[in-house]
Amino acid sequence: MVRMAEISQATLTELEATSNKIRQSIIEMLTEAGSGHSAGSLDMADVFTALYFHVMRNDPNNPEWEDRDRLLLSAGHICPVRYAAMAHRGYFPIQELMTLRKFGSRLQGHPERIRLPSVETTSGPLGEGVAQGAGMAYAAKMDKKDWRVYVVTSDAEHQAGLHWEAAMFAGHYKLNNLINIIDRNFIQIDGDTEKIMTLEPLADKYRSFGWHVLECDGHDMQAIVGAYDSAKAVTDKPTVIIAHTIPGKGVGYMEGDYTWHGKPPSAKEAEEALRELRASLEEIEAKA
Amino acid sequence: MLTGEPMHLVDYTNADAVKQVPTRNGFGEGLVEAGKRNPNVVGVCADLSESTRMQGFRDTFPERYIEVGVHEQLLVAMSAGLAAAGKVPFIASYAMFCPGRAWEQVRTTMALNETNVKIAGAHAGVSVGPDGATHQAIEDIAIMRPIPNMIVVVPCDSTQAKKATLAVAEHWGPTYLRFGREKSAVITTEDTPFEIGKAQIFREGSDVAIVACGILVYNALIAAEQLKAEHGIEALVLNNHTVKPMDCAGVIDVARRCGAVVTVEEHQVAGGMGSRVAEILAENEPVPIEFIGVRDHFGQSGTPAELIEYYGMGSGAIKEAALRAYERKRQR
Repeated sequence: MVRMAEISQATLTELEATSNKIRQSIIEMLTEAGSGHSAGSLDMADVFTALYFHVMRNDPNNPEWEDRDRLLLSAGHICPVRYAAMAHRGYFPIQELMTLRKFGSRLQGHPERIRLPSVETTSGPLGEGVAQGAGMAYAAKMDKKDWRVYVVTSDAEHQAGLHWEAAMFAGHYKLNNLINIIDRNFIQIDGDTEKIMTLEPLADKYRSFGWHVLECDGHDMQAIVGAYDSAKAVTDKPTVIIAHTIPGKGVGYMEGDYTWHGKPPSAKEAEEALRELRASLEEIEAKA
Repeated sequence: MLTGEPMHLVDYTNADAVKQVPTRNGFGEGLVEAGKRNPNVVGVCADLSESTRMQGFRDTFPERYIEVGVHEQLLVAMSAGLAAAGKVPFIASYAMFCPGRAWEQVRTTMALNETNVKIAGAHAGVSVGPDGATHQAIEDIAIMRPIPNMIVVVPCDSTQAKKATLAVAEHWGPTYLRFGREKSAVITTEDTPFEIGKAQIFREGSDVAIVACGILVYNALIAAEQLKAEHGIEALVLNNHTVKPMDCAGVIDVARRCGAVVTVEEHQVAGGMGSRVAEILAENEPVPIEFIGVRDHFGQSGTPAELIEYYGMGSGAIKEAALRAYERKRQR
């Protein structure tokens, strides 16, 4: 496990509150859309909050800023969390989240680079994020640019062959400006990742491909930020952060249940989820 | 269409005057030149730098050459990342493996993603020869042609291959360039014009139009001379090098003028250049069409010449197809 980041209590509380609000938006937009992926979207809210609000060099008023850090969501199906994080960060109005998956929306069911500035890649077909991110990281090194490439992958997409082609490439060329974080929630559409197709020992696989490996609690903001701080200090390898997460995190009846991988809550279920999340927000704010 | 413009071809009827050079050589030369003109041009290869002719670029610009090993899906997806960061990647493998093995990455990370990646598919067609069916890509045009945003160019000889490489380097858009392994007739010269999307009339005629692409353009020209000598038939030969976006006006024009068409390509008849010609003519100028190409078979080992003959793509087969199309026209 990683060293905790030294961030102030005020910042910590703010990040946790933001993460909670992003979860509320995810519930609202998925319910409005009537389809989409709940569990992974909810469980990556803390990581996306850390990235957009603390870790990454980004500017919502200049999304295609040449020197921005690049964030690639390889597991495109959990795009609600990215869209919600972008909206809360100020990239577009929060109200636009309600257009998710609708005709004419910039918020496609799986993200498209040409429709929404700074999503960097078109994703959904699994296993392609690290490959494209490695290309960007290589180009940055060729041009002696100091921006970094952050990739978010699901655990199950590590079953795709292309992902390991990319892992081999990034290790071979020592792309230390490439940081991949894995949503290690142990679920995929058909069930438990270890029953469908064993991924473990995942950390050893990465080590043998020449990566620096970190593990953290994917719901502990200090641990997430601490992991990214450590990754940025690595000079000769790409880094992977295995973020241990609970699918559906924040909504009691979804937590740990793989059947929420690919469906949205009903209106009634959404109400219950939002009630729970609002209560959590009050607790967070009471700490401040 | 480039019409009325002089084509400055070599005297292809004089076998001694026709040099034999593989089209992949033109790619290799064009890429080095493209690299000199644009510092953002990058070469990426999947362990085939010599046989795809990328070694010239590798040796001239080692800092802009990236080896990915035997990873064709990565070759495409990683290069899409390079392009997203401002590079102009030319990526090379055998057509069978790229685009063949990497189709979904081509569709998602190149075309839907709108990245400026250029695929050089070497060793296309049965003329690969002794390597056999596993290495003879004859379905590659069919898998690339339906993808939105994709440009597909099949140069007719090595001189045109060089021009096509330079042209696509300067033309924004995801692109597939198709090259052959074997030495093939050089029929164009430095002075022959080339423009993406502009088909070229290499021989005038009014009885039947032979619409060809790739190395078989030479066979089409030889067939046209045979048609004249043996039957008094004047065949127009159109070098239809850009399969997508195809020169619709040019294809319709030659069909209208000749009233009968033969398409010629070293590819499956299903889904190839000829299929696109048929789509255009069915909607705009329905005339009798005959198709020269492989008819639902895999290739096999053999010499290139043996295989071209065996699969019905020699000049004799083209001549027979032209006679059939001409006869169907007369009987209408």
